[in-house]
Parts: sequence; C-alpha cells; structure tokens
Amino acid sequence: MSLEFVFDLLLALAIIWSAWRSLSASRLDLAIVMFIVFGLLMALAWARLSASDIGLAEAAIGAGLTGALLLDAYGALKRREA
Amino acid sequence: MKRLLVVLGAACFVVLLIGAMLDLAPASIALHAAVSANLPSSGVEHPVTAVLLNFRGYDTLLEIAVLLLALIVILAIGIDSTTDVRPAASPVLQALARLAAPLMIVVAVYLLWVGAFRPGGAFQAGAVLAAAAVLLHLAELLPGWQSPGLRLRLGLAGGFLIFLAVAAGLLFQGALLEYPPEQAGWMILLIESGLTVSLGLILAGLFLLLSRDDGDRS
Amino acid sequence: MSAGLLFASVGVILFALGVAGVLLLGHLLRRILAFNVMGSGAFLVLVGLAQRNGIADPVPQAMVLTGIVVAVAATALALALVRRLYVLTGKIELPQDDEG
Repeated sequence: MSLEFVFDLLLALAIIWSAWRSLSASRLDLAIVMFIVFGLLMALAWARLSASDIGLAEAAIGAGLTGALLLDAYGALKRREA
Repeated sequence: MKRLLVVLGAACFVVLLIGAMLDLAPASIALHAAVSANLPSSGVEHPVTAVLLNFRGYDTLLEIAVLLLALIVILAIGIDSTTDVRPAASPVLQALARLAAPLMIVVAVYLLWVGAFRPGGAFQAGAVLAAAAVLLHLAELLPGWQSPGLRLRLGLAGGFLIFLAVAAGLLFQGALLEYPPEQAGWMILLIESGLTVSLGLILAGLFLLLSRDDGDRS
Repeated sequence: MSAGLLFASVGVILFALGVAGVLLLGHLLRRILAFNVMGSGAFLVLVGLAQRNGIADPVPQAMVLTGIVVAVAATALALALVRRLYVLTGKIELPQDDEG
C-alpha cells in the first residue's frame, strides 16, 4: 500500500465523517460549520483527482459562499426567534 | 419504521452501486484524447477552459441563464427583515476588509487571465469577486441591496447578454458557438470577462439580497 | 484501486447519506445541507468514475464546475424560500411533515 493511497483513504474517511456530522449534529450551527469543513475536505479530494479547477471553485463557492449563506440564514432565523 | 426503511434502502443502494462500479468495463470512448486532439483549435491552452467555453459552451451559456433566473426569483420572493438588528462590525474587521478587498480584485483578474493556460477562469474569478463583496458587506462597508438600479441590472445580465450576442453572431457563419479557430482566443476572453463580472455580481447578489438590512418591502 | 474509483465510492456513500438526510430530517435548513451533500456525492461519482484509469478527464471536470455554481444558486434560492416561509408561518418545517 503506497503512501498516497493511505492519504486518499484517510481523506475519504474524513469526508464521510464530516458529512455524517453535518447531517447528524444536534446543534444547527455546529452542523453548518461541519458542512464548511466538509466543503474544504472536498476541495482537497478534487486536488487529489488532479482537478484543481474544481478544487478552487469548491473552496471558494462550495465552502465559502454556501457556508456564508447558511450561517447568515441561521443568524436571521435565530434573531427573529429571539 | 420509516427511518429503518430509509437506512436499509440507502445501504442497499451503496452496496449495489459500488459493486457495479468495481465491475464496470473500461470506457469505450476516450474523451480526454478527443479534447487534447482539438485543443490547438480551441483558442486556449487549458483543457478545462476549452471544454467550458468552447467545446461545451452551450452548457455554460445555459448555466449563467440559470443563475440569473435564480437571482430574479430571489428578487421576486422578497424577504422582509424588519427586525434585523446586526451587531456592529468591529474596526479590526473593517480595516482588514479595506486591505483585503483590493487584493481580492487583483486575484480575480489574475484568475481570469490565467484561465487560458492553467487552472483558473471566469468561475473562480467571479467567486473571488463575490467573496470580496460579501466581506465588505459583513464589515458594513457595503450596504445590502434593496432593489437593483439600471447599472446593477446591466452588470447582472451583462455576462449572459454578451455570451448570447457572441453565440447569435456566430450563427451566421455556421453552428451555435462554433468559433473560427483564429478568433476563438479573444472571443473566449471577451465572454469570460463578461462572465466574471456578472458571476461576481450574481453570486454577491445571492448573499446581499438575502441579507437586506432594513425592510421597506413587505 | 485507483484514486478515482476510491473517491467515486465515497461519492456513492455521500449521495446515500444525503438522500437519507433529505428524507429523514425535518428542519428545512438541515434538508438543504443534506441536499448539498447529495450533490457533492454526485459530482464525485461523475469525476471519479471517469478517471478510474488514472487519466485526468477535462470534460466531466468542466461539467462539475458548472454544477457547483448551479448548486450554490439552488441553495441560495432554497434559503430565500425557507426564510420567506418562516416570515409567513413562523415555522422552519414543511407543514405535512410527520417526523417518521
């Protein structure tokens, strides 16, 4: 087993774990933060698949912009509740 | 009961599909070979940009149309946020945003330019522009958009309109979006510049329209 | 097992996770998260499967790039609808939801 494959395997496990946590976390803010972590790990996976274009877009859009949108919506719902 | 069924179904799906993928015969067509064979006539040197703007330009044209549509629907829904009181932005964040925003614009232009040769291009550049706008908004240096004026509307639709104009112009000399090889380079750069500005504005608009500070709309 | 095939399998698992999340979670923001996980899974399958022989393939990569941008637009639209729903009804769940 080469070192690259071990890295890929660990990355795969981390991606699945972060996706699971972002769906199962009991606190919603934690779930959103885990989703941002998931997006960044996905960007790493794209780099491993030699798709740096997607990696760039995923980091900026998938993790950054989507995360900001979700956190903003969460904050707005929270403020309205209070 | 429902939970058990869904979990079982999902597990079966995973096992079956992974099994099928392991069993799959090698693909009979090699798309990457076709791309690299036609790369010299595409006007750019980076294969992904060539696919996006030349070989499959149709998809990108429809994509920017979909984005525009999403923004228009968000405008139409209208969110009133009368009770929205945000905590004041810290001076540190404001100073950082003032420093970072110009740099981000430079990075966006670099990404746009470099897309012809290596990873980068209109999408990433637009995303960086949008991120700059969001950062400025969070630092309270850029107010949320109430209702876009004429210039903003032109900026939002411009990328799509330029793309459509080039596509329509090319109809006269053949097929939709089939660039003549010697002119493909600047046509793609023109489309990509329009796309970058529009994508940046649209993606920023998705955020800025959703977080309008005071609601005059109901 | 090549990196492409490994990540395609991860994509299948993510897709299944996302589907289960969309079906089982009641809170609409959580459903949007699950929907995004589902989309990421589909993207991984698309690129990973095309590159299972280890050669980078720009065609699915370009398609996925388009897909990511469309996904964020869909997410923003969904969030706008959820926020509107909350303003109108005070709920962040769909009315016919019976929490199976």
